[in-house]
Amino acid sequence: MTFRIDSPARLAEAHASCQAAFARQKSRFLVCAGTGCVAMGAMRVLSEFKRLIAERGLQVDVDLLFEGQEAEVGVAYSGCHGLCEKGPLVRYEPQGVFYTGIKVEDVPEILAASLDHGTVVDRLLYKNVDGSRSLTEHEIPFYSGQQRIVLRRCGLIAPEDIREFVAFDGYQSLGRVLQEYTPMQVIDTVQTSGLRGRGGGGFPTWKKWQYCRSAEGSEKYIVCNCDEGDPGAFMDCSVLEGDPHAVLEGMAIAAYAIGARRGYMYVRAEYPLALSRLHKALHLARQWGLLGENIMGSGFSFDVEIFQGAGAFVCGEETALLASLEGGRGWPRERPPYPAEQGLWGKPTVLNNVKTFAMVPAIIMRGADWFASTGTVNSPGTAVFSLTGKIKNCGLIEVPMGITLREIVYDIGGGIPDNKRFKAVQTGGPSGGCLPEELLDLSVDFDSLRSAGAMMGSGGMVVLDENSCMVDIARYFLEFTVHESCGQCVPCRGGTYQMHHILTAITKGEGLPGDLALLEEMAKAIIAGSICGLGKTAPNPVLTTLRYFRHEYESHIHDKACLALHCKELIAFWIDPELCKACGLCMKACPADAIRGAKSEPCVIIQDQCAKCGLCIALCPPKFKAISKKTGVLKPKTPWTSSRAT
Amino acid sequence: MSTSPETVKADLLEVFSKFKGQREELIPILQAVQERFGFLPESAMSALARFTSVAESRVYGAATFYTQFYFARRGKHTIKVCCGTACHVRGAAPLLEAFERELGIERGGTSNDFEYSLERVACVGSCALAPVVVVDEKVYAHMKAKQVKDCLADYKGKSRSNQ
Repeated sequence: MTFRIDSPARLAEAHASCQAAFARQKSRFLVCAGTGCVAMGAMRVLSEFKRLIAERGLQVDVDLLFEGQEAEVGVAYSGCHGLCEKGPLVRYEPQGVFYTGIKVEDVPEILAASLDHGTVVDRLLYKNVDGSRSLTEHEIPFYSGQQRIVLRRCGLIAPEDIREFVAFDGYQSLGRVLQEYTPMQVIDTVQTSGLRGRGGGGFPTWKKWQYCRSAEGSEKYIVCNCDEGDPGAFMDCSVLEGDPHAVLEGMAIAAYAIGARRGYMYVRAEYPLALSRLHKALHLARQWGLLGENIMGSGFSFDVEIFQGAGAFVCGEETALLASLEGGRGWPRERPPYPAEQGLWGKPTVLNNVKTFAMVPAIIMRGADWFASTGTVNSPGTAVFSLTGKIKNCGLIEVPMGITLREIVYDIGGGIPDNKRFKAVQTGGPSGGCLPEELLDLSVDFDSLRSAGAMMGSGGMVVLDENSCMVDIARYFLEFTVHESCGQCVPCRGGTYQMHHILTAITKGEGLPGDLALLEEMAKAIIAGSICGLGKTAPNPVLTTLRYFRHEYESHIHDKACLALHCKELIAFWIDPELCKACGLCMKACPADAIRGAKSEPCVIIQDQCAKCGLCIALCPPKFKAISKKTGVLKPKTPWTSSRAT
Repeated sequence: MSTSPETVKADLLEVFSKFKGQREELIPILQAVQERFGFLPESAMSALARFTSVAESRVYGAATFYTQFYFARRGKHTIKVCCGTACHVRGAAPLLEAFERELGIERGGTSNDFEYSLERVACVGSCALAPVVVVDEKVYAHMKAKQVKDCLADYKGKSRSNQ
């Protein structure tokens, strides 16, 4: 069933028809097919659902719904539900029963309970800390603190099926804009909403649009930045996978506002699933007449092209992205002129992040005042984070701005696993910083995070526990920037290299007393001497860790100790002779052949040979727990001596 | 796959036929060439320069700038060890070392029998499953160093299509 939408009336017709069709489906299984769940086998679960439902002779064809037939049950896959930690996830509608950790073997039981007995499979529901089970998402603490605007349809619709998107009010905002708004009214609405760019910078979206609209020239472009390069972040990926049409709709509205006819989506090459869903969505949007010439008979024409990136983090910077789109190296250039004045091929261009575009239709739909009333006064709306690292509930979250880090880490994230102690939360990826326990009550918004030395960034939030070494984290991010610096500005190219060199030396126990002052001096020079955001923010991970975790640097340098027991050169593995039961598991597996022992004689690690791979700790049976790590003065130095060795 | 100059030439013409030869197509063409050969053969670079009317140095400039492109034959199976932040804090580094040790090659390298290429990648977007290893298209979640041997055993001697 396809519609050719050539007028607002046709859109209303399609909307009603799609809604009516899906209402004929009495129940439905939605299998989460985000990257995480797919990796855990969601597609096999989906085919098992399809196979068993077909075996029952039930019709699940959505096309037949449009012909007026009723269906007992439907099955589809959706975008990310958020709680990736517990995947694959399955949602049973209309009740919204939320099943976690579903394997192929569980499918018959779920089907029997849902379709034959009208019950639920208790053991597959989300298990709370107190042992009780939650029936729906709303009862799970992970979801109750969240507010979904960007992710409003993620997990609720089949992302590639434009009919569902339309049934869920998709393209209604575009229709309304084309019919009722002048381009200036669109910009005014976005201004009233207070929307700020979700790529991390937080620049007021309306201003960018306004500059571009008033820039000279008739040819203008819209570019969607989907080059989500931050390691440890997958928000944009999830939005593209879960609700690609929302982004296209937002881009079309922006294009109308600034007077553009062409748009580009620059998508990271590492996201094959997002790319394929986006291509399909684009094809359908064109087929339905929602992109292309004379959209809905309004005289406004707009089309989008998808460009696949080739793997360069710096291309997330706007001028580098444009250079890459033009076919060259992704080299940033100095601003001004800003892309809003001179962007793609020298023409005025608006570049926004995926989430910014996805928010626009919601603002049009529900009103600028509604949007402005959520979040904080200066940072209205919500923020999408990928919450990862040492946290119980890893996943994709959307929270109102102004929430505290504590609420995110403990209420939504469920705290730190394995009874470990919280150490820091890292936001903003390689441009951001690490915030310590004292700042857990900090409000999460553009300005507070920046004043604490971190930044909002695109939305990566990595939680670190007592076993994360902060010097190593700083070294890790610098290693990343050294690799990703484009090389144009000497302070960035050479400076990050030197900083990384010093940090590596510190983690190896070769740090010198003057190193910290030197690091700070170099950080200042890099910030002052780089033209783009990559260089200007590259020292942030070092500066924030120096600010909040200086004692860790000092213990590395002065005591040659890594208190987090992480840095290889500063730790040693040690077998407690009292606890070792001489089972020999570690000895047999040691790849460096560094463990000696004999029958009924405790194993001993020859320190000089130990590669510190940690395999022995992993293999030592938990009931013995004989192997541990030591650092500083406790580090064992004695070589292997045994009565039997000689 | 044969990469003699003649077959490369014929294959290149086929790849080029899908493009107009405009400058902004440079990266998509490089991607298409790599898709075809598994890497960028030397002879393709000059042909590409002529086709897009871009100086060969600039073609190389772009191709070497992006991490996606390779200039040498790759292994049958590509092992990508994710070293994104989430994977890093959950122990990606020892995992990568375990693969290096097991395969006897360094990150970025290809084994002598062209069975495996080992890569360190920045983030595959499956952070909840950290640490993550992707072999060809298969994702290994919550990977541990002690599972490296078993993981490799899944692929030994098998062609990609069998997976």
